[in-house]
Amino acid sequence: MFFRDQGEMLPERPAPITEVGIVGWLRINLFSSYGNTALTLVSAALLALIVPPFVAWGLIDAQFSGDTGAVCSGVGACWAWLDQRLGQFFYGFYPADAHWRVNVTALLLVPALLYVLVDNLPGAKFGRWFSYVYPLLAAYLLVGGFGLEVISTDKFGGFMLNMVVGLTGIVLSLPVGILLALGRQSRLPVIRLLSITFIEAVRGVPLITLLFVAIVLLQLFLPPEVSLDQLLRVIIMVTLFASAYMAEVVRGGLQAIPKGQIEGAQAVGLGYWQTMRLIVLPQALRISIPGIVNTFIGLFKDTTLVIIIGLFDLLGHARLLQTNPDWIGDVDHEAYLFSAAVFFVICFLMSRYSVSLEKQLSQDRH
Amino acid sequence: MAAPSSTRIEQLGYLWTDERLRGIAFQVLAVAGLALFFAFIIWNTAANLKHAGLASGYGFLLDPASFDINQRLIDYESTSSYGRAFLVGGLNTVLVASLGIAAATFIGFVVGLMRLSNNFLVSRIATVYVELTRNVPLLLQIIFWWVVILALPRVRDSISVADVVFLNNRGIRMPQPIFEDAFQLILALFVAGCIGTFVLARWARKRHELTGRTFPVGWSAIGLIFGLPALSTLFVGLPVDLDIPLLGRFNFEGGFNVTPELIALWLALSLYTGAFISEVVRSGILAVDKGQIEAARAVGLPPGLRTRKIILPQALRVIIPPLTNQYLNLTKNSSLAVVIGYQDIVSIGETVLNQSGQALEVISIYMAFYLTLSLLTSLMMNYYNKRTALVRER
Repeated sequence: MFFRDQGEMLPERPAPITEVGIVGWLRINLFSSYGNTALTLVSAALLALIVPPFVAWGLIDAQFSGDTGAVCSGVGACWAWLDQRLGQFFYGFYPADAHWRVNVTALLLVPALLYVLVDNLPGAKFGRWFSYVYPLLAAYLLVGGFGLEVISTDKFGGFMLNMVVGLTGIVLSLPVGILLALGRQSRLPVIRLLSITFIEAVRGVPLITLLFVAIVLLQLFLPPEVSLDQLLRVIIMVTLFASAYMAEVVRGGLQAIPKGQIEGAQAVGLGYWQTMRLIVLPQALRISIPGIVNTFIGLFKDTTLVIIIGLFDLLGHARLLQTNPDWIGDVDHEAYLFSAAVFFVICFLMSRYSVSLEKQLSQDRH
Repeated sequence: MAAPSSTRIEQLGYLWTDERLRGIAFQVLAVAGLALFFAFIIWNTAANLKHAGLASGYGFLLDPASFDINQRLIDYESTSSYGRAFLVGGLNTVLVASLGIAAATFIGFVVGLMRLSNNFLVSRIATVYVELTRNVPLLLQIIFWWVVILALPRVRDSISVADVVFLNNRGIRMPQPIFEDAFQLILALFVAGCIGTFVLARWARKRHELTGRTFPVGWSAIGLIFGLPALSTLFVGLPVDLDIPLLGRFNFEGGFNVTPELIALWLALSLYTGAFISEVVRSGILAVDKGQIEAARAVGLPPGLRTRKIILPQALRVIIPPLTNQYLNLTKNSSLAVVIGYQDIVSIGETVLNQSGQALEVISIYMAFYLTLSLLTSLMMNYYNKRTALVRER
């Protein structure tokens, strides 16, 4: 056997060129075997087939300015309508001189959300209160009254309508969902049965049937002298719908709380509601946040269903553009692609947030 | 020990601190409140219906529907009853849901595996697909695909695939198989093959447990299920004729047409749900403990058996519950068909509602239909969970 003397180390050599740098990366990730190489080639061919024509259509050959569809050649995409219609896509038929009210509401949403979702912000105590008051403030700004010009809710439309229905639905469904989740875990059999029935019945039917209830049945259920605003009716049904899903998310959080927490609370003499409010729910809701965000993403996408009952949200305005004589036939795909892009950006960011939160929570627990 | 001086009032006060009694009181209150709420609704509804001069009840289901349904799996004329129209709609929902479930499962498994691939490009393409479809409203996707199909060439300039399948803005025209009588023989053999395989598999498993000897069940299954019918065609010939579509004066003649609505709905539902299923599949496979795979390697199981006997059974236990949930979602989402006019149960119900004004009845039919579907699914799910649940030691 041969032993090298300790002093006599071989000089370090760089790793072979095939293992490091771009070449190494390519070898490991794309061409590690014959099968892998074949997959890479097929994927690359697929991309080459799809991406360049799409970019050419959407950007290079596209028409970006003009007043009617006549300016569009038909070779590339027609984005000329954006200039005229962007306002409608975001604000619907909300009066132009009141757009600032929507903008202010949207801007205030940022601190309102941050104070709920992020701990240890400066001025947290005041901030929390601001978050609680925000829904009322938003309603006041959007609808008006008390000095502001009243704007009827049938003027609500475009992306703003999606936001209003989605956010109101999720905010209102949270307390209902918490109660339902507690009810489902309750030791009282009647309460448990009622909660389970409600949750499973609502989760078992599509949202669209509930929206039909909102437009054709709700009026039937109420005395004739009570007439509910259409948006309000939609929000009621969307809230009921979301609260059933919310209940299941919160239940997941409740089940993750160790029994010792409840027993501890009982040992120090807390009653049921005190135990829940002070001990269990703060912990359960904390771990439910990713689930709540996911529920919101789902609900937010589902707000497009309002077009079925005749409201004009972002998707509704995209459809409206197709029938406009100035643009008919020229914007078949463009308006939908634009709407899809708007939804994508919002939902994608939220889902990233939910994922990162989930990672953080699982780290905290270990 | 009660203090002898306590009055009746004080004793009543103690009742409130009794947890059981308080629970009962709370429940009675809840039921009473609910009963009042329903009484209020029923009272109002009765009054409103009377005021509008509408009769309630399901008798209208026997009245003639007098509207047409293009997309139908069973016979239906415009003189058929509302009840039959609902049946046609329900079947259409089941049709698009089953087509969608099959395609979404396929897409989901393929894309789920693609995302786990070591190949950078493949996993990235899969990720982009998943994120793009998951984060855009399904309704938008349905409308988008519908618009895409309607933008296909007109009938005269159909895109033809091998001159038997034609793609145009009225959908896809495909050859229709016409089965001759002898086909029943093949069908019977196929069924017999399936039953035979089932019996054989049970026998083989039992023998394996008793004696340790294995039997090539897979190959014999292929032989029984496909071989037998194939063999019989040698004697009776292939008893299936194809009715190939031919371009006539105005439209194709022969073959059968798949409507743009069905294609768009099917495409959108499968792509959307497929993305969700791929996530389910991915997390299911990732949930299998690495030690399991290493152990399987250590005892020398070949890759195929490793996947089949070690990874898949454990991954499926995690995958199947959320997978059924996705199936249920797909079925419920098929109700969005109403936007593009695919005649599913909701779309037909809406027409019936507009014609007859029987809102309460129509919506109750919707709910009953979807609730039955989800109830059946969750019953099956509970059964499956019970069978595959891990027996944990405490």
